[in-house]
Amino acid sequence: MSVPRFWRRLKNLYNLIGTHCEKCKGYFYPPRNMCPKCRRTGKIIPHKFHGVGEVLTYTIIHSATRDFEKQTPYILAIIKLDEGPRLTSQVICDHNDIHIGMRVISVFRRLGEESEKGMIYYGTKFVPQPPAKTR
Amino acid sequence: MRDVAIIGVGCTEFGELWDKSFREIFVEAGISAIEDANVQGGELDALYIGNMSGGRFIEQEHLGALIADYAGLAGLHIPSTRVEAACASGGLALRQGIIAVASGYHDIVVAGGAEKMTDVDVETTTDALAAAADREWEGVMGATFPGLYAMIAKLHMHKYGTTQEQLASVAVKNHHNGTMNPKAQFQNEISIETVLNSVMVADPLHVFDCSPITDGASAVVIAPADIAKKYTDTPVYVKASAQASGTLSLHDRPDITTIDATTAAAKRAYKMARVTPDDIGFAEVHDCFTIAEICAIEDLGFVKKGEGGKATVEGLTALGGKIPINPSGGLKACGHPVGATGVKQAVEITMQLRGDAGKRQIDGAAIGLTHNVGGSGGTAVVHIFGRER
Repeated sequence: MSVPRFWRRLKNLYNLIGTHCEKCKGYFYPPRNMCPKCRRTGKIIPHKFHGVGEVLTYTIIHSATRDFEKQTPYILAIIKLDEGPRLTSQVICDHNDIHIGMRVISVFRRLGEESEKGMIYYGTKFVPQPPAKTR
Repeated sequence: MRDVAIIGVGCTEFGELWDKSFREIFVEAGISAIEDANVQGGELDALYIGNMSGGRFIEQEHLGALIADYAGLAGLHIPSTRVEAACASGGLALRQGIIAVASGYHDIVVAGGAEKMTDVDVETTTDALAAAADREWEGVMGATFPGLYAMIAKLHMHKYGTTQEQLASVAVKNHHNGTMNPKAQFQNEISIETVLNSVMVADPLHVFDCSPITDGASAVVIAPADIAKKYTDTPVYVKASAQASGTLSLHDRPDITTIDATTAAAKRAYKMARVTPDDIGFAEVHDCFTIAEICAIEDLGFVKKGEGGKATVEGLTALGGKIPINPSGGLKACGHPVGATGVKQAVEITMQLRGDAGKRQIDGAAIGLTHNVGGSGGTAVVHIFGRER
């Protein structure tokens, strides 16, 4: 992803800032600037999530795109935050421990890198809660 | 709205076509469809071309003009439009063609699809395909396409007890069907062990759970049903064309194991054709991964939710079964040139309904369905075809 595209999302990726609709009380992460329920009549404001949730489903990626090839094998998961929304992220733990329903908490980590001379991307990943062995 | 019929079909071989270019394969498929339909170039009113990622795969956009030009139709100034919806680009191009004829805006239309995927290295292909998912919120986290479907599979196994052997049985069946399709990329039998012992791509999906990287093109000629018999004794009638959107990201899907765009498109299609899932004789569904076929037969209403794996093992979806699925070999064995797939499905249904499917011919089927999915389910296109109007 290009530098401006990533830069624009830094606050969301670094601090789990999504959005909240004051009308229907819905929470959105990734952020949405239009409420999918109320559409034009919604009132969207930024919202910082606590970063605690559970693993809804997961996989262990063995074959990745170029930016992630060095990290394989890694755990990719869909995490349901306690506030309601779901997101895709990586879980850092022993590959034998990962399971559906695992409680996890967000941490700040390196996401990927373009190449030896390219950008290094940082963002949010998840670890088991309470933090057990992390890598 | 007018009734619409398919009056001609064409398809290239699917596979790694190193010696052929994008424009060559599209023209090859288009010409065979036009010859099959007995129409002249001058009779064509419009072209619709499904293509996912010419920009990434062959560094070429403006494919509508390219195809019109190389099909010898630029001098006639025939309008040519490229249509994109990731892996559902072909199904969508077909639907655009059908809408154009049904509306009365055009009479004779070619709807085709093509993808040339082997001109770049496999990492570039993987990355281009990952663009069918949400780049900003899935891809950036390390999601790959197999990874997303692997997460569907993992939850399906957890919720319904689906097993890796059941997933593998989809690939085994589709490879068997592929042995009878001379256009298929893979025409060899495989066993459950072949799948389970193959390299893991994204747990629980092995490489033999995944559709391959393929070059290929396919095309159909569409005409108003009222004049279809002027061109062919065996027109195949379009009984329904339906399309639905779903969330782009898998994580936003209400039920991760249900592609609700499929459910919605199928519901519309059944209503339009005035049929139920029980009336469908056979289907070509979007088996980009083995789990995708299991979800598809459930979401299309052929089996109960959660029972797709069991039904496959029991032979319900085999060629001689109650509802044969993917007689062509599907995306798994016939191959998956993403932009061409949705059109190839209609080519297969047409050949089957005409009785032209050779060794893989399904006896007596009068109604067939195609199901084409974009991404992890952001778009679904369902068509229903019949021998009778």
